[in-house]
Amino acid sequence: MTNLFPSIVSRPQSSNIMNILVPIIAIILTLITGAIIFSLMGFNAFFALHIFFISPISSAYGISELLVKATPLALIAVGLAFCFKNNIYNIGAEGQLTMGAIFGGGIGIYFHDTNSFWLLPLMIIGGAIGGAVWAMIPALLKNKFNTNEILTSLMLVYVALLILDYLVVGPWRDPEGYSFPKTRPFSDSGRMPLLFEGLRIHIGLIITLILVFISWFVFAKTIFGFQLKVSGFSPIAARYAGFNQKILIYIAFGICGAFAGIAGLAEVSGPIGLLYRDISPNYGFTAIIVAFLGRLHPLGIIFASLIIALTYLGAEDAQLFMQIPAAVGFLFQGLVLFYLLGADFLVKYKLEFKKSK
Amino acid sequence: MNYLEFIGFLQIVLIATTPVVFAGIGELVTEKSGVLNLGVEGMMLVGAVTAFVTLVITGSYLLAFLFSIFAGIFMSGLFAFLVLILMSNQVATGLSLTIFGIGLSSMIGKKYIGTPIDGLTPWYFVILSFLIVFLVGYFFYKTKSGLILRAVGESHTSAHALGYSVLKIRLLAILFGGSMCAFAGSYISICYAPMWQEGMIAGRGWIALALVVFSTWKPSRILIGAYIFGGTSIFQMHLQGKGFKFPHWVPFDDFFSSAPFFNMSPYLATMIVLVIISSNKLRIKLSAPACLTMPFYKGS
Repeated sequence: MTNLFPSIVSRPQSSNIMNILVPIIAIILTLITGAIIFSLMGFNAFFALHIFFISPISSAYGISELLVKATPLALIAVGLAFCFKNNIYNIGAEGQLTMGAIFGGGIGIYFHDTNSFWLLPLMIIGGAIGGAVWAMIPALLKNKFNTNEILTSLMLVYVALLILDYLVVGPWRDPEGYSFPKTRPFSDSGRMPLLFEGLRIHIGLIITLILVFISWFVFAKTIFGFQLKVSGFSPIAARYAGFNQKILIYIAFGICGAFAGIAGLAEVSGPIGLLYRDISPNYGFTAIIVAFLGRLHPLGIIFASLIIALTYLGAEDAQLFMQIPAAVGFLFQGLVLFYLLGADFLVKYKLEFKKSK
Repeated sequence: MNYLEFIGFLQIVLIATTPVVFAGIGELVTEKSGVLNLGVEGMMLVGAVTAFVTLVITGSYLLAFLFSIFAGIFMSGLFAFLVLILMSNQVATGLSLTIFGIGLSSMIGKKYIGTPIDGLTPWYFVILSFLIVFLVGYFFYKTKSGLILRAVGESHTSAHALGYSVLKIRLLAILFGGSMCAFAGSYISICYAPMWQEGMIAGRGWIALALVVFSTWKPSRILIGAYIFGGTSIFQMHLQGKGFKFPHWVPFDDFFSSAPFFNMSPYLATMIVLVIISSNKLRIKLSAPACLTMPFYKGS
């Protein structure tokens, strides 16, 4: 007689097939749950899912918008992978993004009437430095004072947003901006060049793809990538092998901050063109989901960023056509991560319907 | 500040600190059992919106608090299923609980933004917050069940070997934490600021998590930490209201005298206190539950 309840058996090795299947299972389960939620709210489920996931990308403009949203998500998520692989929980990417926008954007505002080829590269470097500097604070506090990086990096998000607030209301405010708190627009040479006339997708996409490729190379082919992975799996083994955990923490935070900073700068010098209060619809937090959904693997992260970017577009359309608040996008993002983490179980364990003894 | 002003100041501090005490003590119990739930902010939001909407629909305060606690149990139950049964990563699961809570709460509350309600007097809840901290302290250090809960957090294998059900005890601790967080949320939307607004918890959930570290996992110190935090945040509002300005010889006096700087001071204060507390590595190591964030797998 077989057992009615399966027993949980630990797999001797993680299942590679499951590792790839699990994100797909999670997405399917999220869609089913979404259909149920929409039906409960009194909408036709197919109509709602169509508005949410199909119609936003059924035009060239829609696909360009998808890439505009996916670009910062992918870039930040790859940066986060450097931290998460090493079990460092930097959840303050939103603050690092904001600081990058402030540093890089500050350069753009200072040179607002200069037109030079070098302005944009300078702003990008400024963005990377701003994000990295902000990320160094939790890294330093963790290394020197043993302070929990989850909490400090998160507190610094609020601080960075308030610094931005101070700048756009106070010293950096556009003198001709009437009552709206925003800065002067950047000069044309401080803007990300567009890839196609009439679409918003900009050169940040290319920069992101290059950085993602470099990250893949670092993860897969360098000793540093190997050290990150080992210290994540087993800190004791890493210490025994003589890896310097503190330096790994600095580097991982630094890379993650720099990537988030570049993403922030790319937002303000790409689609936005100046600084104001709400430069990011929570990209820094959403990228955490992208990183996990993409399995901390650069290629996976690219796919995941497209899917999560779709929840942003879908939520905007749902607000327009169905009067559902755009925050429903977060609901889907949370759900997909729930299912992913739950189904992850199948990677390490299997269910066995063994004969009872 | 004269006598009357001072009394008024103390009253506001008490009222503003109470929700952080509720959430902090709930999370403390969860962490004592060896589980880290980073979903505090999300559970508080869902608790707040559930209480508010229930009150608008039914008009009953009792039902509002009851449903809010049910919502907290639902949210933390979801978390418990993932981390206990499916052994998922606690940090990532807690984060997704918060993100899920942000989305769920704004979806439920959309129609109710700006709906006026009659707020409830906060004083009973202030008293209740002190009482709960005392009861949790009593439970931990004077009862056998409290000892078992702490044992599960310190060494789940030993507790299991002694025949205690690790998962059941952790489940109860998680559910208690969830209901306290939701209760804290409902206090905010019904007593503290009688209204509903998206994201109205404004980081209090994260502050509650920082409080648990500050308290070095001791219930009475949750109160001390919460009131240091509450005191500074009300004090800065008071200074702001008085139009306080730093003198010009202070570098960056424009920045330090601006509203954004005052508004970030509670977060900065929390960070500074965290740094001071955690810099003593040994103290954290000795006081944190040894099995915090470790999943428990019985084996087959």
